[in-house]
Amino acid sequence: MKNKLSSFVVIIFLSFCFVVFYKGLNNPNTYSPKIKDKKNIPIFEAKDFNSNSYLNSEKIFEEDIFYIINIWASWCVPCRTEHPLLMGLSKNQSVKLIGLNYRDNLNNAKKFINKFGNPYSQIIIDEDGTLSVEFGAFGVPETFIIDKNKKIIKKIVGPINKEIVEEIKLIIK
Amino acid sequence: MLANQIGYYSLILGLLLSVLLCGISIKDFNNSSKQINQKVLSLSFLQLVFVIVSFLSLIFSFVNSDFSNETVFNNSHTTKPLFYKISGTWGNHEGSLLLWLLVLTLFIFLFLIKSREQPKKYRILTLLFQQIIIIGFFLFVLLTSNPFNYLFPIPIEGLGLNPILQDPALAIHPPILYLGYVGTSIIFSSSLAAVTQNYISKEWGQHVKKWVLVSWVFLTLGIMLGSIWAYYELGWGGFWFWDPVENVSLMPWLTLTALLHCIIVLERRAALTSWVVILSITTFTLSMCGTFLVRSGILNSVHTFANDPTRGIFILIFLFVLIALSLGVFFLFHNENNKSSNNFFWLSRETSILINNWFMMYFLSVVLIGTVYPIFLDVISSEKISVGPPFYQKLIVPFLIPFLLFMSLGPRLKWVKSKIENKYSLIITFIISVILTFFILKNLTTDLLFYTVLVSVAFFLFFTTLKELFIKKLNNTGQTVAHLGFSLLILSILFNSILSSEIITNIKVGEKYNYSEGEIFFKKAEERKESNFNAIIGHFEIKDKSGKIIELKPEIRVYNQPIIITSEADIKTTLLDDKFLAMNLVKGNEYFNIRYQVKPFMVWIWISVLLLSFGGLMSLLKKRYEK
Repeated sequence: MKNKLSSFVVIIFLSFCFVVFYKGLNNPNTYSPKIKDKKNIPIFEAKDFNSNSYLNSEKIFEEDIFYIINIWASWCVPCRTEHPLLMGLSKNQSVKLIGLNYRDNLNNAKKFINKFGNPYSQIIIDEDGTLSVEFGAFGVPETFIIDKNKKIIKKIVGPINKEIVEEIKLIIK
Repeated sequence: MLANQIGYYSLILGLLLSVLLCGISIKDFNNSSKQINQKVLSLSFLQLVFVIVSFLSLIFSFVNSDFSNETVFNNSHTTKPLFYKISGTWGNHEGSLLLWLLVLTLFIFLFLIKSREQPKKYRILTLLFQQIIIIGFFLFVLLTSNPFNYLFPIPIEGLGLNPILQDPALAIHPPILYLGYVGTSIIFSSSLAAVTQNYISKEWGQHVKKWVLVSWVFLTLGIMLGSIWAYYELGWGGFWFWDPVENVSLMPWLTLTALLHCIIVLERRAALTSWVVILSITTFTLSMCGTFLVRSGILNSVHTFANDPTRGIFILIFLFVLIALSLGVFFLFHNENNKSSNNFFWLSRETSILINNWFMMYFLSVVLIGTVYPIFLDVISSEKISVGPPFYQKLIVPFLIPFLLFMSLGPRLKWVKSKIENKYSLIITFIISVILTFFILKNLTTDLLFYTVLVSVAFFLFFTTLKELFIKKLNNTGQTVAHLGFSLLILSILFNSILSSEIITNIKVGEKYNYSEGEIFFKKAEERKESNFNAIIGHFEIKDKSGKIIELKPEIRVYNQPIIITSEADIKTTLLDDKFLAMNLVKGNEYFNIRYQVKPFMVWIWISVLLLSFGGLMSLLKKRYEK
């Protein structure tokens, strides 16, 4: 009897572990930290991806719409998985995507864009990663949603997925 | 290209051989002959050969920079030195799984030729259990992580190996670690076989002890190599960070160490049988669990090569199938026939080993909770936390005091029933340790009482084992050397953490920085070009209190494929301390951020771990001698 009970307990416990691990696997490594006080976007100057000229932040975010900043790199594997979703988002008229090319080789980055498509209305270069740090980035990929008041209202660490895209669509509506 | 085909088909043939081997051995099981069918041995050898061929063809593709192979394309580059092309073979998910298979098949083959005196049914069952694991891994490799995927059109250049993996210690760390880590599979299989045959006995203990020792020695060395890599390459200035990946290698080590001690009791007194079986199962389960945690991407770390969820699900299901299988076998077949032998006299060697086990289990649960709790919390409440070193230190360090005390006394006790001999000499040794510690630490630490007690017991263990090594007749040298190594390890870690000092400052070329203990002079910075990276080398002169000058040259490396900036610390090692200097760029001006650390007795940490594993090796060789 005691033996049966203990095997029963063991089975319940193991099933519980299995479920947790299984759900943990499906939990993508995406993480959306809570933003307590909405921060203004940093004021910066950055090199343009195509023209090599310098752009300042006011110019980049001049329109009165929502912006999404996406930090990416050609060497970043998860960036490839989220790329089609970004392509989808770029069709949305009420938002503009800004790509922040993080610590990348320019040629590789251009190949990446040619191969997978360009969802960004503008791409700026962050050669040494400092600009991303100013944004408060954790790593690549990372996505920031900026509202009409030029405040960061949401950030997503890790590749975005379909649920997050839906969430973003709700926010920018 | 040809190598690709050869490698792939060898794997398939290896898998078919597994099935064949199972069939033949099941048929052979009820055969009346005393020895295993010779075919089984030959086929098992053939299987090993196929896996070796497959492994060699992957190495060949890496050496030739054959980018038609996807694994090579993702993890290699033509400009990489030959040494790192070869080590790149196991520096990625697919290749390292091939290494898993290699160790699995190697160990079962060695087991078959080394266990001829063992009962036939037991050997066959061990083979069957091991083949279940092997089949699982063959399927895992072929279905989800094929190292021989073909790429067309063939890329001209590869993506490159992560620069932080380009390090000599890291090149040999995986093979050595795997020999221990995966080697535990044979302990798992043979203990399950022994349980079904009701063969958990003194004889079995003597036989399986060799395998436990082999795994234990390699696991210890493998963990040390990983730690050396973290210290020299990651440049974080420490040797253990309680990173989940370090933890998953530490957990099987803890259970394996406990198992080793249990087996000593088993081979003497045929006791602690349940402990032995459960620990054997747990050790391998923890190895598998570790593979799952780091490979599925459920945890983020340098070892997470890919985030393909099908891989995670495969290992997860496989892991739970193995757990269910082993628990099923344990509950159905295990009967503790001689319960009386588990009643130990309170003062005996057995009791002290049992206490040792309880401590090991405690340490294990701390590490296990610290590692998996964040996952549970994330799933259940979507809250992200990370468990850092203070958690482990607070929960583990105080318990080292009684642990070390028992460790100094335990080996002096006799089996069955004992009394403490030479009480006075022990007491004197203890008093000497306390006084010595007090004078060493008097001016060094704020928490004098706690550290005095802790360091004294470590010294106590050190002195008692040292005395044993020199005075006692040398009948159990391996154990004494290992214990001496362990006490030395604890002492070096403690002194290292108490006496370390650190200076962080920003400095530019030509500038001097004065601090209480000396002066740092940034002489010049120069550039150097290598095939796979460009480096900025800083030349620093550091003058200490006595006016002695040492030169240190840390580097900042910019690797070209993929582009990653790494900071290479320069470390001057002496027997007394390590002087460690790392520099980093400061954005936007000519200043460099430097971190200068003096870490006492660093090299003794590695020496003591070597001593620890050498002790294990001595026990292993001694057993062979007697035969």
